[in-house]
Amino acid sequence: MNQAKRPLLEVKDLTCHFDVSKPLLNRILEREPKSFLTAVDEVSFEVNKGETFALVGESGSGKSTIAKLIVDLVHPSSGKIEFDGQSLATSRGQAFKNLRRRMQMIFQDPFASLNPRWPVGELVAEPIYAFGLAKSRAEVNRTVEELLEKVGLSGRDAAKFPHEFSGGQRQRIAIARALSAQPDFLVCDEPTSALDVSVQAQILNLMKDLQDEFGLTYLFISHDMSVVKHMADRIGVLYLGALVENAAAEELFKNPKHPYTRMLLDAIPDHEMTGRKRQAIKGEIPSPIDPPSGCTFHPRCALATGECKVKRPEVVVREGTRVACWEVDRLA
Amino acid sequence: MSDVLLSVRDLVVEFPKRKTLLTALDGVSFDIHRGEILGVVGESGAGKSLTGAAIIGLLEQPGRIASGEIWLEDQRIDQLPYEKMRQLRGKRIAMIFQDPLTSLNPIFTIAEQLVETIRTHLPLNAKQARERAIQLLDEVGIPAAAKRVDDYPHQFSGGMRQRVVIALALAGEPELIIADEPTTALDVSVQAQIIDVLKRMCADHGAAVMLVTHDMGVIAEACDRVAVMYAGRVAEIGQVRQIVKQPQHPYTQGLMGSIPSLAHQRHRLIQIPGSMPRLDAIPTGCAFNPRCTSVGERCYKERPDLLVTNQGEVACWLFDQGGVA
Ligand SMILES: Nc1ncnc2c1ncn2[C@@H]1O[C@H](COP(=O)(O)OP(=O)(O)O)[C@@H](O)[C@H]1O
Ligand SMILES: Nc1ncnc2c1ncn2[C@@H]1O[C@H](COP(=O)(O)OP(=O)(O)O)[C@@H](O)[C@H]1O
Ligand SMILES: [Mg+2]
Ligand SMILES: [Mg+2]
Repeated sequence: MNQAKRPLLEVKDLTCHFDVSKPLLNRILEREPKSFLTAVDEVSFEVNKGETFALVGESGSGKSTIAKLIVDLVHPSSGKIEFDGQSLATSRGQAFKNLRRRMQMIFQDPFASLNPRWPVGELVAEPIYAFGLAKSRAEVNRTVEELLEKVGLSGRDAAKFPHEFSGGQRQRIAIARALSAQPDFLVCDEPTSALDVSVQAQILNLMKDLQDEFGLTYLFISHDMSVVKHMADRIGVLYLGALVENAAAEELFKNPKHPYTRMLLDAIPDHEMTGRKRQAIKGEIPSPIDPPSGCTFHPRCALATGECKVKRPEVVVREGTRVACWEVDRLA
Repeated sequence: MSDVLLSVRDLVVEFPKRKTLLTALDGVSFDIHRGEILGVVGESGAGKSLTGAAIIGLLEQPGRIASGEIWLEDQRIDQLPYEKMRQLRGKRIAMIFQDPLTSLNPIFTIAEQLVETIRTHLPLNAKQARERAIQLLDEVGIPAAAKRVDDYPHQFSGGMRQRVVIALALAGEPELIIADEPTTALDVSVQAQIIDVLKRMCADHGAAVMLVTHDMGVIAEACDRVAVMYAGRVAEIGQVRQIVKQPQHPYTQGLMGSIPSLAHQRHRLIQIPGSMPRLDAIPTGCAFNPRCTSVGERCYKERPDLLVTNQGEVACWLFDQGGVA
């Protein structure tokens, strides 16, 4: 019972700075100090087994960086990431390999993530070999064929190359490849953003079916609020690298608490023509190299007070939602 | 109708290839009225961009208009000599692309680019043109336009650049603007602002807009009427409300159903099986027949043209007296 209570993924105070200084010589000539950009700013959240946790936010808000930090493609400046109670950063040997296997990633651009010179069968088989998940060549082939069928392709496709497939089919290949490692956690970074809505529907349906069948846990990243609403159990909203709100999906849409979340929701076009009035958003996201003081949202916030300009908001819990806003009670 | 600004009739665009002839647009017909925003939707490869390119005379070689007619009011423009077409472009018809950087020259300031375009099309001196440039930037919502007009494109954010492109398109006071996925590269928050600008410009300047997009949110927010394209043809055309709320063509129904809803939660999305055919493998009869849930005998043999119903126009045998059987 206790075991089941522990989140599968726990992210605590995760921070990532990128060095965006000019080349050394220029800096010396122009007498400029080194400059850093905070892509991820003390982000904490948990993902429970079998659920879909979505990260939303406009471009540059740090979504992809968090995804890469979690699968260890980028290293954090501080903070910790624990998967099933273990840390990728500190584990070694077989434990490290096993963690790697259990967490797989799907990218927005399936073409970039698939080596064009490899036939599809080899691409899907690679993780099986890398993690020693089959005993014989015959078993590998059988597994590859099963996986391709599972994602809606056919066993015959194993001999073809990625360029012979459409965008949606390539994303299916990427999913089959991720699944071949027998993971329990998938990090999906805008997996359908480059696809037509019709193809997006096919992929989202497939992802839900696979989740039901294998009990997968998803970290699902998207900038599309309708997609996120369809997929997520919980949603985290990012603004300039900081998690400003973390709520159950239904609650977030029904009762958004952070002024930025409200602004994002108000900006969703009414594609169903329900008569909902969309509000035009004022202003734009400031540069992450020189972010505003205090609450970074304060220059665009109608509720901002003197305190918001100087003090970074603490995370408070309201009706099960975690929200970082000094004025949260005034909004309610 | 008398206020028809653009009329496209049975437009056929071909790409002669070494061994075959690819027919990319196969009988496209629609009208755009003055002051109207016509949305054009459909999966990628449907022929949306080609339709825009054919209208503005910018088909990529070896593409060519094989038959059909394009009329801008009472002037036929599909066979204009190059120089005539060039004069029309920017002046009577302007174009906005997805990536603002393709329309902006990185080595000139915004002022230089706007002033040049303005003076190409309007009889203004340099000073007047500069004033007009600032006024245009102001209209499209660039704050402190008088100060920013001397900046270079790279000094603007993506959303601001797209506003500059809209200002540039408006510079010649065109009657028709063809906007090809103008908000696709932008965040929703910025997208909303750009749609507002386009709508306002359309209302204030009486310009008509052909708005190509695959984003139904943009369509619902911005358009008066919508043309749905499939495999190089118009599958359905009608009022935006009609298309969104009561689509008639099975393809349009599938397309609408595949968008996740904000209003209702369902476990699975409606899915159109398969994908759009390649140009060299377009099925005979109705091109949608392999993916259609209402397909009948006739759909494999005869190709439906747009049929007028009391709710718009639909190219589907379901709406013909003879039916699909
Ligand atoms: N390797 C890098 N070097 C420097 N800056 C980076 C790097 N990767 C991302 N960034 C910056 O970090 C911020 C967050 O980027 P990203 O995580 O890609 O955002 P998102 O996925 O939400 O669009 C952006 O300002 C981006 O420019
Ligand atoms: N230069 C070209 N040569 C051959 N085929 C082309 C060319 N340009 C476009 N096409 C084809 O014409 C069809 C329609 O393309 P396009 O109008 O760009 O589609 P959309 O804008 O709806 O995505 C596609 O099948 C595309 O492959
Ligand atoms: Mg990203
Ligand atoms: Mg296009």
